[in-house]
Amino acid sequence: MVLKFLRIAAPVALGVLLSGCNFVVLDPSGDVALQQRNLVVISTVLMLLIIVPVMALTALFAWRYRQSNTAAPYDPDWDHSTQLELVIWSAPLLIIICLGALTWMGTHLLDPYRVLGRIASGQPVLRSVKPLEVDVVALDWKWLFIYPEYGFATVNELAAPVGRPVDFHITSATVMNSFYIPALAGQIYAMAGMETKLHAVINAPGRYRGFSANYSGAGFSGMRFAFLGLTDAGFDKWVAKARAAGGNLSRAGYLQLEKPSENVPVRRFGSVDPALYKAVLNMCVEPGKMCMSEMMAIDAGGGLGLAGINDTLPLTYDKYARRGAVFGDRPSFVAGICDIDELRSAAPKSLAAPRSMTPINGAGLTPPQGILPAFKVLQLGTLRLPSDS
Amino acid sequence: MFDNPHFVKFLFGRLTWESFPFHEPILVATFVVVAAGGLALLGAVTYFRLWGYLWREWFTTVDHKRIGIMYMVLGVVMLLRGFADAIMMRLQQAIAFNGSEGYLPAHHFDQIFTAHGVIMIFFVAMPMVTGLMNFVMPLQIGARDVSFPFLNNFSFWMTVGGAVLVMLSLFVGEFARTGWLAYPPLSNIGYSPDVGVDYYIWGLQVAGVGTTLSGINLICTIVKMRAPGMTMMKMPVFTWTALCTNVLIVASFPVLTAVLALLALDRYVGTDFFTNDFGGNPMMYVNLIWIWGHPEVYILILPAFGIFSEVVSTFAGKRLFGYTSMVYATVVITILSYLVWLHHFFTMGSGASVNSFFGITTMIISIPTGAKMFNWLFTMYRGRIRFELPMMWTLAFMLTFVIGGMTGVLLAVPPADFVLHNSLFLVAHFHNVIIGGVVFGLFAGIAYWFPKAFGFRLDPFWGKLSFWFWVVGFYFAFMPLYVLGLMGVTRRLRVFDDPSLQIWFVIAAFGAVLIALGIACFLIQIVVSIRNREALRDVTGDPWNGRTLEWATSSPPPAYNFAFTPVVHDNDAWWDMKRRGYRRPLTGFRPIHMPRNTGAGIVLAGLATVLGFGLIWYIWWLAAVSFAGLLAVAIGHTFNYRRDYDIPAEDVARVEQARTRQLAAGA
Repeated sequence: MVLKFLRIAAPVALGVLLSGCNFVVLDPSGDVALQQRNLVVISTVLMLLIIVPVMALTALFAWRYRQSNTAAPYDPDWDHSTQLELVIWSAPLLIIICLGALTWMGTHLLDPYRVLGRIASGQPVLRSVKPLEVDVVALDWKWLFIYPEYGFATVNELAAPVGRPVDFHITSATVMNSFYIPALAGQIYAMAGMETKLHAVINAPGRYRGFSANYSGAGFSGMRFAFLGLTDAGFDKWVAKARAAGGNLSRAGYLQLEKPSENVPVRRFGSVDPALYKAVLNMCVEPGKMCMSEMMAIDAGGGLGLAGINDTLPLTYDKYARRGAVFGDRPSFVAGICDIDELRSAAPKSLAAPRSMTPINGAGLTPPQGILPAFKVLQLGTLRLPSDS
Repeated sequence: MFDNPHFVKFLFGRLTWESFPFHEPILVATFVVVAAGGLALLGAVTYFRLWGYLWREWFTTVDHKRIGIMYMVLGVVMLLRGFADAIMMRLQQAIAFNGSEGYLPAHHFDQIFTAHGVIMIFFVAMPMVTGLMNFVMPLQIGARDVSFPFLNNFSFWMTVGGAVLVMLSLFVGEFARTGWLAYPPLSNIGYSPDVGVDYYIWGLQVAGVGTTLSGINLICTIVKMRAPGMTMMKMPVFTWTALCTNVLIVASFPVLTAVLALLALDRYVGTDFFTNDFGGNPMMYVNLIWIWGHPEVYILILPAFGIFSEVVSTFAGKRLFGYTSMVYATVVITILSYLVWLHHFFTMGSGASVNSFFGITTMIISIPTGAKMFNWLFTMYRGRIRFELPMMWTLAFMLTFVIGGMTGVLLAVPPADFVLHNSLFLVAHFHNVIIGGVVFGLFAGIAYWFPKAFGFRLDPFWGKLSFWFWVVGFYFAFMPLYVLGLMGVTRRLRVFDDPSLQIWFVIAAFGAVLIALGIACFLIQIVVSIRNREALRDVTGDPWNGRTLEWATSSPPPAYNFAFTPVVHDNDAWWDMKRRGYRRPLTGFRPIHMPRNTGAGIVLAGLATVLGFGLIWYIWWLAAVSFAGLLAVAIGHTFNYRRDYDIPAEDVARVEQARTRQLAAGA
């Protein structure tokens, strides 16, 4: 009931507030960001339930019990009241219980790794719709977007058709960055040698801002890109335009692109090395360098033993003049042994879409793995100490 | 000899003429001003022949009160530097629109926001909090000094050493351009090959030694040196918060030391703890630094909570409401502060269960904090509130801090954090709690205890002016940042492409100017108070009708604090003594055993600072020599057997008789 009221009242109150300014966080165009906005609003209102009385009481008591007001009672030894203490501790506790429940549900339902279950309120994702895959690489200081399905790549411009879920695979070829399009969905870090994921959908056509939300060095301010929400036809046209741009983003070309540059204009590559993203992720774009996936496979099979430590080559290419430390070894890397195998990596695991987006009761969620078996064990009373037997 | 490049390199490491920023006019101008000011100060000290006095009475002192005051002076001096950085940032962000690059290149701007964060936390907030604890806590528990007086002196000078290294980076070389927590890989040698991060590492390592040792010292003091009768549950709340804060310091600063040591190994020896390659993991650094970093914010805020508790009950003329629940709230916050660190990086890709766990633990902290807020509220209830300066700061805190608390809990909801993380909303939030909580608390504490330290009150007119500039300035400076955060503007940007944002940055810059006036009024307040000290004189030692033991002695207290150690029967010990008609003993004085001053602390810290400088610039001979010197002086100091002395009974009697006359004259 309260939630329903909030759902109606909050946007109205916000609408008044918003007129004139571009509060993109409070008025986003993507369904995920919209749900995150709702959480922001609901949590704020919940907390105001206690903040406003506290502020009012502070002002009231300060005024009423001022020294000059001798009419007010003065009780210098009154310092305890069990009833009041109960209220003092339980009022915030109640709010936090509500907020905690909301947090638990919201965090699971809006987990950026979770496949989308809906593209808007009341519009579940159809099984026939294949999400748009985009590989995102944060570079010094620009963004590379690869569209594996279409085989082209762009720099500092991203587009997606309205209403089609987008699966982002995000990594970095440099320091930590954060991939953030406020109108679309919340941010997630981009880190070298690691992949983060983001599932989102854009619900209205338009040109939105995207940028890095984590400071990454000198060119950080200019590390922004345009995100275009396009109609299906518009998206097809955009794809055609990118493909027609020609040029191929090969590994060698990528190594050129990777070098630090600032305020980079939009670039398009009509075709892209299909293994490039996996190579970037596994940090083996340089010819001859062993991929992390390969090393992990070797290690998983027992490793190479002592022989493995000699398997390094001097680093011939580096974005910066040097990378070795004062007392350290010469810059080096592990040489590849087999052919590049990054394409053979296993299909990525992803979290299932929720079956229902009902808030609070979270009907759509399967219980977390791991807790349930433990719970069953306890129920069955099979937990025995060794001395029992 | 100097034609030989190898010799020059041996002698100066990587320090060359190019290391001095002659090409940056802002820095040259700053240097000229600082150098002129510094020379004038040194000249004045020499002219008035104060070197001997300063060395004997202050630099080598082991008196906790004087060390506390020196911490406060360090904090105020560094506040000027940190605030200069702040106002430069505000100016840059207010003008860098419509194609303008502003007036700061990235190289300079990125150093400024890093230095601002580092200085404000480590060299303003920390020294001032430690200073107040140092000055007040032993008096509150009826002790004559801290447990380890020499260690206290050494800790202070190590903090100064760290500050000196950070200040030096302004004119010799450069400071880190990484943000105040220096996340790798950006802070690794590959991406930051210059001396900036090394200044950061060694500045914090040197200061961190001081902080950790001071934490051990103050815990020991509280645990072992309380006056007879003062059980744990009769300790003043400020002492309780000091205890919890120092427990946090001792438990968390070693983590900072360790993580910076690992980063130093990455940078100096070529290990791969936090690199992208060779199995390094930058996420580990982020976790470790926040395992220190989150308790750190409670290290700062808990003593502020203690100050507000003292101030509220004093100026409401009433016992603190819910003392027991206040103590338990403090302890609960202390423990919980270790279970929340991950909320600083929900966006690093932890699973939903991990994120919600840390989100909910974070929210749980708001329960004891809320209980504290209510306790202050009900302390005011049925009180007789005097609106002196400390009480005004406290009220401003209560009204401001709840807003910061609310936005903090909001940021603890992971999906909400996904849209607000690293935004100016976040920047507004933590300034809201740090200025609205810690800084307001420090000003309340300064106004409250200044008469205790110097024997005269602070001028109320300039204090109130400072108060209003600070409070109004705070709202002007940071409310626009909340708004900008909701517009999706991220932090640490140097230039902007959306002209509609500019008005908000201009308002924020105006707020920063108001705060600058607040700081100026504070300094004027000190000067005016010193000039009018006779009119503002307090002879009673108890100007506010206080409740705790520090008000039982004279202002300023004698070196030995209390001629006779008081016996405590109530948690408002002095209030209780006054009510039961306490009379100062006038006879029967005995010699008092006290620690003796020593110069070892300042020498050791000086050598540690030189060691840091050698390591930063790769001047290995200097590092080796200063390290050997450090060991030699430390060992040499163990042979110093002249560590204590007795104040003769006649001297005690003379001091106490002077006070008796003073009290009689004032009555």
